[in-house]
Amino acid sequence: MKKVVCILCPRGCEMTVTGEEDNIKVSGNKCDKGIDFAKTEAFSPERTLTSTVHISGGIHTMLPVKTSKAIPKDLMAEAVKLIGKAEVSSPVKTGDVIIANILGTGADIIATRDM
Amino acid sequence: MEFKYDVVVIGGGPAGLAAAYSAWEQKDTKVLIIERLEELGGILNQCIHNGFGLHYFREELTGPEYAQRFIDRLKETDVDIMLNTMVTDISSERVITAINPVNGCFEIKAKSIVLAMGCRERPRGAISTPGTRPAGIYTAGAAQRYANMDGYLVGRKIVVFGSGDIGLIMARRMTLEGAEVIAVLERGGVPSGLTRNIVQCLDDFGIPLMLNTTVVDISGRSRVESITIAKTDSRKNPIPGTEQKIDCDTLLLSVGLIPENDIPEATGVRMDPRTNGAVVYENDETTTEGIFACGNILQVHDLVDYVTSEAIRAGKGAAQYAKNGEPGSEGLLDVEVDTNMITYAVPQMIRPANVEKNVDISFRVRDRYEDSRIVVKDEEGNYVARYGVKAYIIPAEMQRITLPGKMLEKAKGSKIIIGIEKGE
Ligand SMILES: Cc1cc2nc3c(=O)[nH]c(=O)nc-3n(C[C@H](O)[C@H](O)[C@H](O)COP(=O)(O)OP(=O)(O)OC[C@H]3O[C@@H](n4cnc5c(N)ncnc54)[C@H](O)[C@@H]3O)c2cc1C
Repeated sequence: MKKVVCILCPRGCEMTVTGEEDNIKVSGNKCDKGIDFAKTEAFSPERTLTSTVHISGGIHTMLPVKTSKAIPKDLMAEAVKLIGKAEVSSPVKTGDVIIANILGTGADIIATRDM
Repeated sequence: MEFKYDVVVIGGGPAGLAAAYSAWEQKDTKVLIIERLEELGGILNQCIHNGFGLHYFREELTGPEYAQRFIDRLKETDVDIMLNTMVTDISSERVITAINPVNGCFEIKAKSIVLAMGCRERPRGAISTPGTRPAGIYTAGAAQRYANMDGYLVGRKIVVFGSGDIGLIMARRMTLEGAEVIAVLERGGVPSGLTRNIVQCLDDFGIPLMLNTTVVDISGRSRVESITIAKTDSRKNPIPGTEQKIDCDTLLLSVGLIPENDIPEATGVRMDPRTNGAVVYENDETTTEGIFACGNILQVHDLVDYVTSEAIRAGKGAAQYAKNGEPGSEGLLDVEVDTNMITYAVPQMIRPANVEKNVDISFRVRDRYEDSRIVVKDEEGNYVARYGVKAYIIPAEMQRITLPGKMLEKAKGSKIIIGIEKGE
């Protein structure tokens, strides 16, 4: 049995996950989205990572970025290191790919604003 | 040169952006946004984390992405934008005094005005911690701006005081960037941030949340060297004998936000001591005719989505005022709350004749209530509306109800009262 707090929305349902890989039961979820989240969270947790990269010629020195989809939680620290080494120059559009397929996760690092 | 507009929006954050767009949508309305910084977006520009837009866009966006969507919408309108322009005064006749590098100090005449200047963080002075005054003490929001826009970390060994969302988000950000966050301290017994932030910002990184704990001393000569913490009693006062010293170089304060209310106060707008913002009617109009308020200057919001819907209402109200003048106030209703359970409600007054279909009312509760419902009664104690039972209603989340105008017609007397009842 695993306790999982849902982070999909601000409600923060406290859910219980029981069973093993092919027969998983979830309780405590107030909506259906919670079920998938609880399963993933209990066995292979993922997070969307947000960070910044250095930008030259922009209105600020840092450009905000995020992963295009959630990546495994235990890869976050390593991903941040790679992102910290990246450098881009203005102009950049929201959604531009800054680093493709980071750490082989299938997620890209994309810009989250125009600059 | 003379500046004249139908609607002038002061502040270019999410509230100002949505208010301006909504005013413009009312057709033939000349709208201006005044922003003191060099760009639009307000505080969202530094909130690079995600979690914005779940209600309004039904997807999870970062702060800058949320702002960008509204900035892009405005590009398709003829709304004028003045950046690097600071408003210093507003008269009750709606003449705005502003300063910028191009025009110097100048005036703008507006038929109506929307105040959307946001809030500021409570500084150290507001929490009265004794000790020396070394460098290394920042509000969490200032540290957020330095890290996310200017690219530097304010310290390496950090203690966060206050469990507000901005402090939690910064604890994660600083940890990911290689700093050590020793603990987050909260004077009270419940964290003031959202559960999802406790999970993904603290639990994910093993950062301890110390409840019922306060800072009693700060020491260090030029830079913070250590702080002393102590357990608190039920009245949040330190308990002698429980002191403990923690070595650190930085203290981040996340102890709450206060509306940026100097200008509305000086204009003579009636203020609500409970929200520290203006008293408003159903369309976010203040008690000074033609002056509206929305976003964090009206009440401190935790979800930007609600800022947007409040601002849409204010922008529309302001455009209608510019066209038709003040609406009638026949049958004026005061919106009151059961003060044992609820701290305040916005709007504070409703002019029923000016309610088109519904009026949204937002409020905050004092405590956590489980399996309870929100109810609205009239002066005689009859139900005006009863809402569905909720598993829980908590102080960290602003509550919002939509009250149909039809139901308001049933209300007897001159006020409605919002309360909470145990569900069956
Ligand atoms: C540091 C901080 C971090 C936050 N983080 C989050 C978060 O992570 N998630 C969340 O949902 N909410 C967060 N909030 C709450 C957030 O403020 C609101 O959700 C929302 O941004 C409020 O929008 P607003 O337009 O009312 O205010 P703001 O975004 O603050 O915009 C106000 C604008 O008015 C301008 N202005 C002020 N005074 C003047 C003047 N005199 N003349 C001209 N322009 C002026 C300011 O420069 C600013 O651009 C945070 C708040 C703060 C203070």
